[in-house]
Amino acid sequence: MTSNVLYALAGVALIVMGLAAISLQTHLLRRVIAFNILGSGVFLVLLGVAPGRSAHAADPIAQALLLTGIVVAVSATGLALALARRLHRATGGMTLDADDDAR
Amino acid sequence: MSLALDAALIATLLWIAGASLTSRDLFRAVVLFVVFGLLLSLAWARLHAPDVALAEAAIGAGLTGALMLDSIGRLRRKRRPSAAEKR
Amino acid sequence: MIRLDVAVVAGGCVALGVGLAALVVGLPPVAGDLAGLVASRVGDSGVTHPVTAVLLNFRAYDTLLEVAVLMIAALAARALPAEQAEQRDTRPGSPVLEALARVALPLAILVAVHLLLVGASRPGGAFHAAAVLTGAGVLLRLAHELPAHAIAGERRASLLLVAGVAVFVAVGTGAAGVTGHFLGYPPAWAGELILLVESVLAVSIAFALWALFP
Repeated sequence: MTSNVLYALAGVALIVMGLAAISLQTHLLRRVIAFNILGSGVFLVLLGVAPGRSAHAADPIAQALLLTGIVVAVSATGLALALARRLHRATGGMTLDADDDAR
Repeated sequence: MSLALDAALIATLLWIAGASLTSRDLFRAVVLFVVFGLLLSLAWARLHAPDVALAEAAIGAGLTGALMLDSIGRLRRKRRPSAAEKR
Repeated sequence: MIRLDVAVVAGGCVALGVGLAALVVGLPPVAGDLAGLVASRVGDSGVTHPVTAVLLNFRAYDTLLEVAVLMIAALAARALPAEQAEQRDTRPGSPVLEALARVALPLAILVAVHLLLVGASRPGGAFHAAAVLTGAGVLLRLAHELPAHAIAGERRASLLLVAGVAVFVAVGTGAAGVTGHFLGYPPAWAGELILLVESVLAVSIAFALWALFP
C-alpha cells in the first residue's frame, strides 16, 4: 500500500502550495483557486492515510467524508465568488483594503 | 508498473497545481484548475474511491470551474480601471 | 531580491510541509477496524453500497449538516443584491448551445435519475444526481432557455432550497418517534426512507448549486 502514502505526501505538497498562495497573493479569485487546491490536498491526505478495507475499495467512511467535503468546498467557493463579485461592484478592485494598505 | 503510473500522475498533478497558482493570466489559471480537478479525479480512481472520483469530476472540476469562469467573465464585462488587477 | 515577508511565509510553509510529511509517513497503525464494522452492518442499513450506507444512514447527521451548509451558502448568495445589468441577459444567443441544451436536458434527467436509483448498490447517489442536474440547468441558462429569474418568486425559491433540509429533519424526527434515536431508521423501512430523502435532496441540492451561479 505504499502508493497510498505517496498520494498522502502529494496531498501535503498541495496543502503547502495552497497555503503559500493564499498568504502571498492578494487577488481574491486567485485566493479562491488556492483555497480549493488546499482543500483538495487535505482530501488526498485523508484518503491516503485512511486504512483501506481491501485492495479493491477504499475506506467507505473516508469516501463519505470526502463527498461531504467536496460539496462543502463548492458551496464555500460559490459564496466566496458571489461576495467577491459584490466587492468588485462596490469598489472596482479585487483585493481587500488591508492588503492594499500593507504595501 | 502501477507505481510508475502513480508517480507520473502525482508529478503531473503537482505541476498543474503549481502552474495554476502562479499563472499570470487569470483565465489560464482557472482552466489549469479544471485540468487539476480532472487529474485529481483520476487519482481518486487510482485510490479505489469511485464515488469520490465521480463527485470530484462533476462537482470539483466541473461546477467549481464553471463558477469561476462565470465570475471571470463578469469581471471582464465591467470595464473599470483597477490597479489591483495586476497580481 | 526576495522580500522578507515572502521569505518568511515561504519558509514557514515549507517547514509545515516537512512536518506534515514526517507525520504522514510515521503514522502508527490505526486501532480498530471501522471499515469492517461498516461491512458487517451494511445489511441493516437498507442499501448495499457501503459508501451510501455510511452517507445516508450511519453518518446521516453529517450529511444533514452538509446539506444545511449548502442551503445557507445558497441563501446568502441570493441575499446579496442582484446585479442590475444581468437581470436581463442581452448577450446574443447561440443556436449551437440551444440545440445542445435541447438534446442534453432529457439525457441529463435520465442520467440523474439513474445515478440516484443506482446509488443503493453502486457508486452514485443524491449528490452525483444533483451535480448532473445542476450542469443541465447551467447549460440551459447559457442557452437562454432558463434565465436567472426563472424560478421566480421568493417563496418558490426558498421552498426549493429549504425542502432538502426540511424533509431530512422530518424523516429523522419521525424515525426518532419509532426507534428513539434521531435519524435512527428502523431497518425494515430504511431503504424506502433513504430513497425518499435522497430524491428530495437531489432536487434541493441541484437548485442550491444552481442558485450559486450569478
